[in-house]
Amino acid sequence: MAHPVEQMDMTDPMVPTLARILRKRVEIPGVVTFELEAPGWQGFAPGQFNMLSLFGVGEIAISVSGYDAEPDRIVHTIRDVGATSHGLSLLEEGDTMGLRGPYGVPWPVADAAGRDVVVVAGGLGLAPVRPILYHLLANRGDYGKVTLLYGARRPEEILFTEELGQWRAQLDMDIEVTVDHASPGWHGHVGVVTTLFRGADFSPDTTTAFVCGPEIMMRFAANALTDAGVAADDIYLSMERNMQCGIGLCGHCQLGPYFVCKDGPVFTWGQMRRVMTVKEL
Amino acid sequence: MTATATKDVTPVVLSHAGLDALIAALAVDRQVIGPVRRDGAVVYEPVSSVADLPRGWVDDQAGGTYRMRREGDRLFGYTVGPSSWKRFLHPPKQVLWRAGDGAITPEPIAKERFAFLGVRGCELAAIAVQDKVFLDGPYRDPHYAARRAAAFIVAVNCTRAGGTCFCVSMETGPKAAPGYDIALTEIGGELLAEAGSDAGGMILSAVPTRPATQADLDAAAAGIAGAEAQMGRAINTEGLADLLTDNPDHPRWDVVADRCLNCANCTMVCPTCFCTTVDEVSALDSDATTRESRWASCFTTEFSYVHGGAVRPGAKSRYRQWMTHKLGSWWDQFDMSGCTGCGRCVTWCPVGIDITEEAAAIRSDLEAEGG
Ligand code: SF4
Ligand code: SF4
Ligand code: FES
Repeated sequence: MAHPVEQMDMTDPMVPTLARILRKRVEIPGVVTFELEAPGWQGFAPGQFNMLSLFGVGEIAISVSGYDAEPDRIVHTIRDVGATSHGLSLLEEGDTMGLRGPYGVPWPVADAAGRDVVVVAGGLGLAPVRPILYHLLANRGDYGKVTLLYGARRPEEILFTEELGQWRAQLDMDIEVTVDHASPGWHGHVGVVTTLFRGADFSPDTTTAFVCGPEIMMRFAANALTDAGVAADDIYLSMERNMQCGIGLCGHCQLGPYFVCKDGPVFTWGQMRRVMTVKEL
Repeated sequence: MTATATKDVTPVVLSHAGLDALIAALAVDRQVIGPVRRDGAVVYEPVSSVADLPRGWVDDQAGGTYRMRREGDRLFGYTVGPSSWKRFLHPPKQVLWRAGDGAITPEPIAKERFAFLGVRGCELAAIAVQDKVFLDGPYRDPHYAARRAAAFIVAVNCTRAGGTCFCVSMETGPKAAPGYDIALTEIGGELLAEAGSDAGGMILSAVPTRPATQADLDAAAAGIAGAEAQMGRAINTEGLADLLTDNPDHPRWDVVADRCLNCANCTMVCPTCFCTTVDEVSALDSDATTRESRWASCFTTEFSYVHGGAVRPGAKSRYRQWMTHKLGSWWDQFDMSGCTGCGRCVTWCPVGIDITEEAAAIRSDLEAEGG
């Protein structure tokens, strides 16, 4: 018999709106940040992503890297790594792209109020956690000690250097940056991001951690955090998988029992520990 | 839920002429799709009368084999072939939208009104699986929703089991569970017809039938019991989801990987496989582009590609993903099995890989270890 489809909402969630580029900024070679406006945009929560379309090429999932208290600006930081992201990076102010979203489970930033917060980012992973940092800075009094541990491959690949400088100058947040390979003139830490945990000051029992970066780095960071005494369910990671729909219909993003697009992309280490240790799951 | 029939619930019997009348009545405002013998297999295509059906043909199926031969005089003596109803409700290609001249135009929502004739128990269960995937949200596929909301289903209870069927162990057949508008069971040269919805009851009361006798009901039950007794395969589903999930490094995955060709046949024929890839099609003569989705398979490299490479690079991780999804993680995601026991993946696998055998092998090794 016919399936009783109640309340026939026949709008197709796969159809994007036209977003216009208000501002474009080259962060480092191969990484650009766009500020967009799109009709009907209702804002987002830190950690959520949009599906961005380049007409004639394709669509990719990109997390929002702006501030959620500024709902009119849709900010995306994109690395040029494939056909669609390459084409999007070439767009200029005034150009349009397709946009649908926001999708996915956000970072539970507000729930961390009253606690110490450790943010760990690797490489371009600083973009998806930037909304967390904006929120923490704007509501600094609501949180305990705040630490950002950030690792980049080389000094020239450090993202958002200006903002990092400003945040550091505010002195109410501990910001440590390390690089895998130092270049002449670099006087900071050298080594993988987990080496920064040694100097970090947080009370493990009351710490919430947000981790974003390459999978192997997230695994090491989560292990370092649990070794330090942070509970697995207080450690949040943002996962990446092939995404064709972003809304639980295409099947591509499956990771064990989860759909990364709708059950994530933000998961706890408690949820991820097993699935991330199985090879090629 | 729609209420089940409140009138005309008494089973009736249709002659072949009565079935012709039923097809004609359905064809008034629907496209009737039913079984047709084409290129040596039963496939689902538009039908206009009983004469189109594969009367007197049955299939012999085994791992990697499918052959049709003449036997008896039944209309529905064959079991399931390579096509499934998903081809109509969730077609291999779906246009999503078009862009050009600075505007995005959504594809109009699908308007097809289908009547499916000959939906088996396992197939009805597969439709229920896809209903859950596409309609239960938070987001819904509106094209599927529209086709599904308009579909009329004439189920057929199996009176003969196919060589690769295992619906009994998956609890989906050989008798179709509720979800149909009308269910037919072949008894001799006639068909017992039971309404499962108001719409089914109404249409049955409008075509020539005779009341069913106890002998008709007994004959139908005996036919179904015969199919059940004939079934040669089974999956022991007890604790299976955990068994598969907890043993991703079981050596059996390497054994099956050595045989699997990554051809993706199993995913194409499976009536529950729902995955799609989104494609961009550009017009050659303008800047207009079309965004389409098409069936995808977890057996391909592109399926799990993230920049740098595929998450699942070869047959071991892909077969493990596919089978663990069907029998394990589907429960976590949709609270139901992703396999209905139709046997298609066994029949249409060129090397005869058999999901029932693989599940049994993993279980028996672990049980032998006392695990
Ligand atoms: S997994 Fe195989 S037997 Fe199960 S529903 Fe799919 S094709 Fe049929
Ligand atoms: S299991 Fe069989 S049908 Fe499926 S991809 Fe492997 S060889 Fe092809
Ligand atoms: S991206 Fe399509 S199901 Fe998750």
